[in-house]
Amino acid sequence: MSLFDHSIKDLEQKLHNNEITVEDLVNTSYDRIKEVDDQVKAFLTLDEENARKQAKELDNTSTRDNKLFGMPVGIKDNIVTKGLRTTCGSQFLRNFEDPLYDATVVNKLDNEKAVNIGKLNMDEFAMGSSNENSSFQPTRNPWNTDYVPGGSSGGSAASVAAGEVLFSLGSDTGGSIRQPAAFCGVVGMKPTYGRVSRFGLVAFASSLDQIGPVTRNVEDNARVLEVISGHDEMDSTSADVEVPKYTEALTNDVKGLKIAVPKEYLSEGVASEVKESVMNALKVYESLGAEWEEVSLPHSKYAVASYYLLASSEASANLARFDGVRYGVRSENADNMVDMFKMSRSEGFGEEVKRRIMLGTFALSSGYYDAYYKKAQQVRTLIKQDFDKIFEQYDVVIGPTTPTPAFKIGEKINDLLTMYANDILTIPVNLAGVPGISVPCGFSENGLPIGLQIIGKHFDENTVYRTAHAFEQATDYHTKRPQLGGAQ
Amino acid sequence: MSDISKDQVKHVAHLARLAITEEEAEKLTDELGAIIDYANQLNELDTTDIEPTTHDQNVKNVLRKDEPRKWITKEEALKNAPDQENGQFKVPSILE
Repeated sequence: MSLFDHSIKDLEQKLHNNEITVEDLVNTSYDRIKEVDDQVKAFLTLDEENARKQAKELDNTSTRDNKLFGMPVGIKDNIVTKGLRTTCGSQFLRNFEDPLYDATVVNKLDNEKAVNIGKLNMDEFAMGSSNENSSFQPTRNPWNTDYVPGGSSGGSAASVAAGEVLFSLGSDTGGSIRQPAAFCGVVGMKPTYGRVSRFGLVAFASSLDQIGPVTRNVEDNARVLEVISGHDEMDSTSADVEVPKYTEALTNDVKGLKIAVPKEYLSEGVASEVKESVMNALKVYESLGAEWEEVSLPHSKYAVASYYLLASSEASANLARFDGVRYGVRSENADNMVDMFKMSRSEGFGEEVKRRIMLGTFALSSGYYDAYYKKAQQVRTLIKQDFDKIFEQYDVVIGPTTPTPAFKIGEKINDLLTMYANDILTIPVNLAGVPGISVPCGFSENGLPIGLQIIGKHFDENTVYRTAHAFEQATDYHTKRPQLGGAQ
Repeated sequence: MSDISKDQVKHVAHLARLAITEEEAEKLTDELGAIIDYANQLNELDTTDIEPTTHDQNVKNVLRKDEPRKWITKEEALKNAPDQENGQFKVPSILE
């Protein structure tokens, strides 16, 4: 048994009772990384020297009332860390050794004395659903290393599932926290748009991006989100609304909870073993006194098309900053400035990133803007309205996180539209801006995890957490561990 | 039906400041064509009079006093630069 099988609350108690030290926690991380990361490949950069130094300092402090005191965390590599290389999984930033400042979420973790273990692998610039688009290495699924961990926060989910860190931060633009959490059998939350400051998150699609926690249980997740939430004057899109104590919402009471189950989320594209797990979860909710009904989100099928146009358009603008002037790599083959831009970008970016920049540039270009970009924004309105209507009558929407369990490495990489369709159940949530969580709800025939997605109203993370927690307490899926490199 | 020609792909690559080879242009024409073709399903929906959503929240302008604050130094700003000279970013010539 690993120390990371305990909740943050339990570990806090053990630290308090002097049963363990922060050094023990940090050792647990690095020992496990040395043991299994050759197989999992979740980490791009380790911060071992600093982490060990910080552990010693924390063990010598007398005040220990911080919310994440001594807890080992991994950070997705598109969240900037002062003095620590931040690559976004891209060759363009392979030499970006010092981003010069910490993202707001990193500051907040630091204020609560979490210990940063290192930076986690991801699809390049968060574009991908399998981690195969990382320009360094594909991360592998700890449950079966022939399979993908999901993406783009694949390193964030795999590192938690493999017991390399206690929790991690990811980012979610179209499912990039929830989908890998589902594939790796961990808990991943995409908060309401605006709940968490994006300052220091390298922007992919600014109207959709959100940072969120990946953990082994719902209670830990609520605690981490409590720490990283809140308005930030450095991000004017962060919402100036009160941050409730999510951990106090975990009452285990879902009596009378009204659950909507969209028929589009259990349609023919969804694997039967996934449907079965979701139906079983609904039975659990029934037994806990909640009610569910089938509903319709009629515009769901248009979400993927709308998303790829919007996200790529925003990305084409956001990634214009990578020009080889101020940071990143510069091509040595150009002798004038425009060629220098072009060649640096072409040499530094991977195929998927270039494809999306091209798609976005096309959708925004003169003559096509109305037909593609504006049209996609109008369809986004219709998708938002679908959710608004359902939430007039129901407390949460429940369905699968993904249509299938994890797929094999290489299986979908050459089939763009199949790869994109993988996010069909998570994308609408980003377009609507509402919060969504994935919690483990079963296993496929070949032993891969299946995720249950719970979606809530704007800024109602409390109900999402309460619903997720009640299910978790009534089941034991979240206690199962992959058998990577022997039992732990 | 392809909604994008190879010449358009080359034009878009220029707008995006990407250098692409003839071979890449051909591949991208097929790939973008397929994605655009897929995106055309949005035309099944009548969106007359539907307001476009640019942002999920009702974001409004945020104003603050224009006061100088401490941020990074010039030396720090240049730390990650591929090339520099006399405390400035250095780039290849703009005029041929």
